[in-house]
Amino acid sequence: MASIAGADMKTRLQTWLPKLVLSPSLALMLVFVYAFIAFSVYLSFTDSRLLPSYGWIGLENYTKLWRLSHWETSLKNMGIFALLYISICTALGLTLAIFLDQKIRGEGLLRPIYLYPMALSFIVTGTAWKWFLDPGIGLENVIQGWGWEGFEFRWIKDRSLAIYTIVLAAVWQTSGFVMAMFLAGLRGIDNEILKAAQMDGASNWSLYRRIVIPQLRPAFLSAFVILSHLAIKTFDLVIAMTGGGPGRATELPATFMYSYTFSRNQMGIGSASATIMLITIASIMVPYLYSELRENH
Amino acid sequence: MAAPMQETAIRTGKVARTFIYLVLLLFAAFYMLPLYVMFVNSVKPLAEITGGGMMSLPSVFTLEPWVKAWSSAQIGVEPSGLSPYFWNSIKMVVPAVFVSTILGALNGYVLTQWRFRYDTIFFGLLLFACFIPFQIVLIPMAKMLGVMGLAGTTWGLSFVHIVYGIGFTTLYFRNFYAVFPSELVSAAQIDGAGFFQIFRRILLPSSGPIAVVSIIWQFTNIWNDFLFGASFAGADSQPMTVALNNLVQASHGVKEYNVHFAGAILAAMPTLLVYIVGGRYFVRGLMAGSVKG
Amino acid sequence: MVFLDVDKVTKSYGPLDVLHDINIAIEEGEFLVLVGPSGCGKSTLLNMIAGLEEISGGEIKIKGKVMNGVHPSNRNIAMVFQSYALYPNMTVGENITFGLEMHGVEKSERKKAMLDVATLLQIGKLLDRKPGQLSGGQRQRVAMGRALVRNPDVFLFDEPLSNLDAKLRVDMRIEIKKLHQKLGTTIVYVTHDQIEAMTLSTRIAVMNGGHLQQLGKPKEIYDKPNNVFVATFMGSPSMNVIPAVVRNLAGVPHVEIRRHDDSTSLLKFNDMKFLERENQKILLGIRPEAITDPDGADRKSDNICYLENRIEVIEPAGADTFVSMQLGGKDVTARMRSDTEIITGADFNFAVNMQKAVAFDPESQVRISS
Repeated sequence: MASIAGADMKTRLQTWLPKLVLSPSLALMLVFVYAFIAFSVYLSFTDSRLLPSYGWIGLENYTKLWRLSHWETSLKNMGIFALLYISICTALGLTLAIFLDQKIRGEGLLRPIYLYPMALSFIVTGTAWKWFLDPGIGLENVIQGWGWEGFEFRWIKDRSLAIYTIVLAAVWQTSGFVMAMFLAGLRGIDNEILKAAQMDGASNWSLYRRIVIPQLRPAFLSAFVILSHLAIKTFDLVIAMTGGGPGRATELPATFMYSYTFSRNQMGIGSASATIMLITIASIMVPYLYSELRENH
Repeated sequence: MAAPMQETAIRTGKVARTFIYLVLLLFAAFYMLPLYVMFVNSVKPLAEITGGGMMSLPSVFTLEPWVKAWSSAQIGVEPSGLSPYFWNSIKMVVPAVFVSTILGALNGYVLTQWRFRYDTIFFGLLLFACFIPFQIVLIPMAKMLGVMGLAGTTWGLSFVHIVYGIGFTTLYFRNFYAVFPSELVSAAQIDGAGFFQIFRRILLPSSGPIAVVSIIWQFTNIWNDFLFGASFAGADSQPMTVALNNLVQASHGVKEYNVHFAGAILAAMPTLLVYIVGGRYFVRGLMAGSVKG
Repeated sequence: MVFLDVDKVTKSYGPLDVLHDINIAIEEGEFLVLVGPSGCGKSTLLNMIAGLEEISGGEIKIKGKVMNGVHPSNRNIAMVFQSYALYPNMTVGENITFGLEMHGVEKSERKKAMLDVATLLQIGKLLDRKPGQLSGGQRQRVAMGRALVRNPDVFLFDEPLSNLDAKLRVDMRIEIKKLHQKLGTTIVYVTHDQIEAMTLSTRIAVMNGGHLQQLGKPKEIYDKPNNVFVATFMGSPSMNVIPAVVRNLAGVPHVEIRRHDDSTSLLKFNDMKFLERENQKILLGIRPEAITDPDGADRKSDNICYLENRIEVIEPAGADTFVSMQLGGKDVTARMRSDTEIITGADFNFAVNMQKAVAFDPESQVRISS
């Protein structure tokens, strides 16, 4: 930038205006994201309870956290939820996308029907599913009313099954979006490759298994990244559907953090759990973003 | 998401097609189910629901649950209905969407047309910020809002949504402007246009499609947010989602399911409307970036 | 007086040097073409003249005034871009006058200037259209109109014809040449197409790898290329470069070339200095049109040699017929009149116009003949 010294006003303006324009965003980001993260991570090493406090206690919050059965339940639920949510959404999204890609009449009508749940708040979704699955008034009651007296469907009230109702509602909400991602991927595949394979005598099944699906790798990757980060952040849906219950049967790390920090006044432990959530997401997002940004430049 | 809309060259037999249509229709029913449940039950008296008629069409049609949800249902301690919270959400969403979109557009403009040494790192940091679990910023943010005098206010919530929305809006505009020919900016420079003139006269007039994407995205996300609303709102600045949750979770009195459903639809209405009106522009705008290049 | 002076200019991105010590000076009214393969630095140099890229070292002067650090809009230059870079949201008329508007020219004056340019370029009917509604050739004209209206000191063209189809490219080339002859403006024009360079320029700067290889009039560049790169880059088909050895035959320098069957031929070489290089290896440069059928040989030449060699491939191209053969272990192209009777695989007695031959040093690749 040596020659800037002798530059005219307009040129000089041009060199610092872009940076000036970026600076508010940069400042906001550095303070409200990265400094805040640092602060929360710091809190996780302190004896903060109701309010932030700065007594350093090392890893004590973390050791306490790992001994809590409440946290253990959250993690176990997270495992079940993430595994099922990601795999069902992916499988369902892919299937629907492939089916929808068969020159379907009414595709223009079906696509928005599959996609609209994405536009809804998890609180709305949660409310709808909460009452629909409620044994007192919902599905069970309805079917019994239709004459099938012995019908029973009370998963949402069952400690060992309630988590699966959360999976159901979450899949309902996002699988259409995953479908759209795969559909975009399918539509990007060169038709000449498919025609060539057909001439080679490939059946539809082997066509998809050997040629189409392998080409959807980027869509699989994006779907995985988006779904896994959504899974870890799942909060509102649980609050609206079960409030973490029955008992603690549907607690997830996000609800754990919230209740420990704000209801139980265990800010240190809450921060420790938030830190673990962040690390989990970062271990997925950072490599992904890194490779994406490198490709683009 | 590059998707030139080309249909597959694969052919399917008659039996297979029937099966495919069946599956597609079945899932269409699955996706419509909750919406159906919400709608039919929001216009029937409570007794019809508790009597086992959740899936049937209303035998007595009534708009009373809607009226009650809107203007007189018990939310927290006040029998105010959801209407004040609806306006809270509007007051929170409009400035947040507006400001974050403008900032995103300017950031995207600089990041693509005025590249500098560490711009990719800057963008990477901004992008990562989109995906953090917001639990990690709740405590310091609550403190900071207090320091800024915004604690418990609608402005405070708007501010929070602006801060955490910039990443996505920047992403959208950056990807859109990335395929914008840099020669146009060079030509405008030679013609004598300055930094802001180039943005206003050359880039902005072509930014309609991506502005729609950014606005729809931000509107939906901010309207639907619950975590920030629940954490930072005061009693009189709660957004719609928080109020709806309070309505549904209220532990005292009779559970008025029909009012809950009406309230849920009221909370869903703005985003659904945006989706119905703007959905096609959303997809088109997302693709405008990738197709042009 | 030097009108545009590129003085010891360098460009580097961090540790990467993309332009090395470029010196070009041209007079007012000249048409300078910067030509070279992609990545040679020609567009970078043009952008530096325009002020779109910073100058790392040296100076660029227009009319004696140093332009380093001067904003593009204050250099009194105009540029026509490869993609035309027409503002998509503005009409043709607005595109043309945008620069004047930015420079605070009054509306009535802008309109007059626009109409003048529109008449000159015959685009009067397009003024209310948007760029998206124009054909490639029309966009090209509008882009030129936008440059002309400013009445700049220097016009910069960045590969302006490369997006047009072959026929239109030739038409526009003639149009640009006419415009230059009519207006007498100073032009710097970047292209990778050596035919454009030859036909349009008053002077050519051939660039490669960030170095200026040769600056000269088209004929100089064609007949006396500085080095093997310039020799083979300019001209189509490109100059034949044949390994040869200098021999002294009765006090006259000759070059010895290996034929297809490894037997050798001796061709008389005009440059007497080459006696000093007896038995040394050289690279002999001969343009395809200098190897021809005996009846087609240049009658004004004082040195036609004959060389019998086997014809490997015959490519009739209409006006001419190109013949490939092996000389010195290389594929060599000869250019024959189209009605010459020749047969693939047969031997043929070629006439070689040695007056036009040049010689290069095999190590440095630099021209050593005068």
